[in-house]
Amino acid sequence: MSLLTRDNPGETHLMMGNEAIVRGALEAGISVAAGYPGTPSSEIIETLAKISDDIYTEWSVNEKVALEVAAAASFAGLRSLAVMKQPGVNVAADFLMHLALSGVRAGMVIVAADDPGALSSVNEGETRLYAKLMEIPMLEPGNFQEARQMTCWAFELSETLHMPVLVRTVTRLSHASGNVTLGKLPKPDRKAFFQFNGDMLDPMEGPIMSPPVGIKHDSQQKKLEQAAQLFEDSPFNTYGGPESPELLIITTSICDLYSKEVVALLNLEDRVGILKIGTTWPLPAQPVLERLARTRNVLFVEEVQPFIEEAVKVLVAGSHLDLSSLTFYGKYSRHIPTAGEMTPERVTAALSTLLQLEPDPVSQDYPPRGTALPPIPPREISFCPGCPHRASFFSINTVLQLDNRQGFTCGDIGCYSMGMLPGGFFTLKTLHSMGSGSGLASGFGKLEKFGMNQPVVAVCGDSTFFHSAMPPLVNAVHNRSSFTLVVLDNSGTAMTGFQPHPGLPVDTKGDQAPPIDIEKVCRAMGATTRTCDPFDLEATQKQLLEFINGDGGVRVLILKQACALSPEKRHTRAFEVTVDPDSCLGEACGCNRICTRVFSCPGLLWDAENNQATINDVLCAGCGVCASVCPQNAIQRKELP
Amino acid sequence: MIALNHDPYNLIITGVGGQGNVISSRMIGNMLAAKGFQVTIGETFGASQRGGAVMSHVRISSKATLSPQIPVHQAHMVVSLEPIETLRVLESYGNPDVGVICNTRPTHPIGVISGRLSYPSTKEIKETITRLSARSWFFDATAMATEIGNPIFANIIMAGALAATKELPLDRNVFEETLKSKFPPNKVGLNLTAYDQGVGIINTDNASH
Repeated sequence: MSLLTRDNPGETHLMMGNEAIVRGALEAGISVAAGYPGTPSSEIIETLAKISDDIYTEWSVNEKVALEVAAAASFAGLRSLAVMKQPGVNVAADFLMHLALSGVRAGMVIVAADDPGALSSVNEGETRLYAKLMEIPMLEPGNFQEARQMTCWAFELSETLHMPVLVRTVTRLSHASGNVTLGKLPKPDRKAFFQFNGDMLDPMEGPIMSPPVGIKHDSQQKKLEQAAQLFEDSPFNTYGGPESPELLIITTSICDLYSKEVVALLNLEDRVGILKIGTTWPLPAQPVLERLARTRNVLFVEEVQPFIEEAVKVLVAGSHLDLSSLTFYGKYSRHIPTAGEMTPERVTAALSTLLQLEPDPVSQDYPPRGTALPPIPPREISFCPGCPHRASFFSINTVLQLDNRQGFTCGDIGCYSMGMLPGGFFTLKTLHSMGSGSGLASGFGKLEKFGMNQPVVAVCGDSTFFHSAMPPLVNAVHNRSSFTLVVLDNSGTAMTGFQPHPGLPVDTKGDQAPPIDIEKVCRAMGATTRTCDPFDLEATQKQLLEFINGDGGVRVLILKQACALSPEKRHTRAFEVTVDPDSCLGEACGCNRICTRVFSCPGLLWDAENNQATINDVLCAGCGVCASVCPQNAIQRKELP
Repeated sequence: MIALNHDPYNLIITGVGGQGNVISSRMIGNMLAAKGFQVTIGETFGASQRGGAVMSHVRISSKATLSPQIPVHQAHMVVSLEPIETLRVLESYGNPDVGVICNTRPTHPIGVISGRLSYPSTKEIKETITRLSARSWFFDATAMATEIGNPIFANIIMAGALAATKELPLDRNVFEETLKSKFPPNKVGLNLTAYDQGVGIINTDNASH
């Protein structure tokens, strides 16, 4: 049994932030959880699907649908959870705006996981502004224990206010682990029924919709005032430090831990106080004003946007406090950087400047003078050994080069985003949000009228296809655009850890489910379609060339080959790959070392001493594609049983 | 509770995506949490895992919940599954008192495979690490792991080696219990063998200093 389902209140375990959120949701007695995979949020739905048979978990087709699925449960009287990474909140935002207005019935919580520093994202988006924009309450856990407690309490809050409640986490909390003490597991009554016969404005028995907008919007704002009242004495807002500190740090989220640690490290406990806000929106006035009245200098320690900084400044402007007696430091004063994630060093730098501290001697003298480090080669991320994407991009790139009309490829979100890097032969020339590669290609494909004759290719993964590439594809066919969509179908949502999607014959819990055939869908839309194995370079390139040179229209090439890390392929090799030392001519070959310098699979090694390629037996996944790349047939592959 | 050599104690486990860094840091973290310590493990995974450098910060305290990032130059011990990753970590987190356990088997970055960049020699790496640390151990954990049956066991060998240095209160019984709670029964035996080999290489003084 997973420790997450242990009903032993008071026990302490080491848990990932995301697991603590799961536990909090279980302690709130949720019945339904839906989401779309995205780092750093994926483990929440994944774990719930694994450990609990009492609740319905769903990997929805995208975040907007996930939010709708979770809302339906709330409308029917069941507590529900929707989970997504920050860009997913953008996808779900349209429904969220209306849901905030219509209100919810049973407790409904949205967990949004931000990724400050873009550690595993192609943006540094900020969810907190959505709380303000959508006019809904938001909580920000500052440690692992709070991740559990706040998630659990958020459901109660949601039921008190009949509003969805946002819980905002970040990578450094979701993916970090810490001690969590368990609370009680309830035995909820899980009877679903949608009441709709009551009065239009009755939150428990009436129909649930955003109109009449005037009345609903007014009531939404009254609920927010109520939330601010409830937050006034919330235990999630804490203060530690001297009664009248020389400097007051106001912080939220995991930034609290950095602040505490640095204050201790620099021995500033007698000079600096830390006010940690957990109930970030609407900002409760009293706990903040009370502290501001006892200091003259304030430093805001937060990531991404100056959210708390602005809210506090607005609060002060409307308060009895004398503004001229306070000096604010933070993102506006550039004491805290405006981009990138928080680090202990950033807190140290700000405090050192503001309190005029001496620099740390170790940082000054280490590595010791005279100890020159050899140049450390950077470790660029790349496709794994045996990854079908390397072969796919090798073919796309080769064909576009051969075609020689400056054709280009529009990228999309997934492991294959790395097609923009050297390991993907710099194939991708645009990269934005989920499904945007196809939308951009649909637009590029209409520019012939203005003299553009460059072939247009878009790529998308199998999960991305269902998430958001279908509407642009419909758009392209209907509007007679012209491009080739290459669906890089590796049989799962690979980048986030193989969550299933509608193209697979299994559902979130691994039970049988009707798969939706990507090729048939595209054909039904009116696109010309083909399927190839990307490991068959010759066939793939021939088909791509035919599509690119064709006479217009929307063409879809599905390159189907499972991810090398997929459960069915992992630790298996299709081929034993070797290099025949007598055939490999090295630099003298004239191939420009195509295997290592161009194809550059990490499963290969360059033996500089002997001027030859070799195979890295530890890393080679045995896909055998490099054997097709070698013009000398020096790389040889033998099929393994 | 047993006193820590340093409180907080800052351990970094580093390597390349796919080497089992995360499992190793969780095993060690769980072993210490089971002894009643406050443990924070900071790590990132996702895109950074695809052949990129990975680093787990394991922080142990008897007093407070710590942040998921060790402040620069504050590591007490670096356990490294890959030689140049050791250097990368020392450059930012090292200090004159740091200890190092280093797997000597290189994993070449793409830039090295393609010939754009060069990989420092083992001799140069060892000499630099020795100069940059107070104590260090080197051995080919990948070769040992391959002999056990799978190069992935290098991460558990390193955990065993860390236990044998007595830097942290890690004991074999807790390791075995933790294994049993995390792995299916058929995986427990080989992991124990790997752990014992890690302990052995330090105790028999076969790890070149």
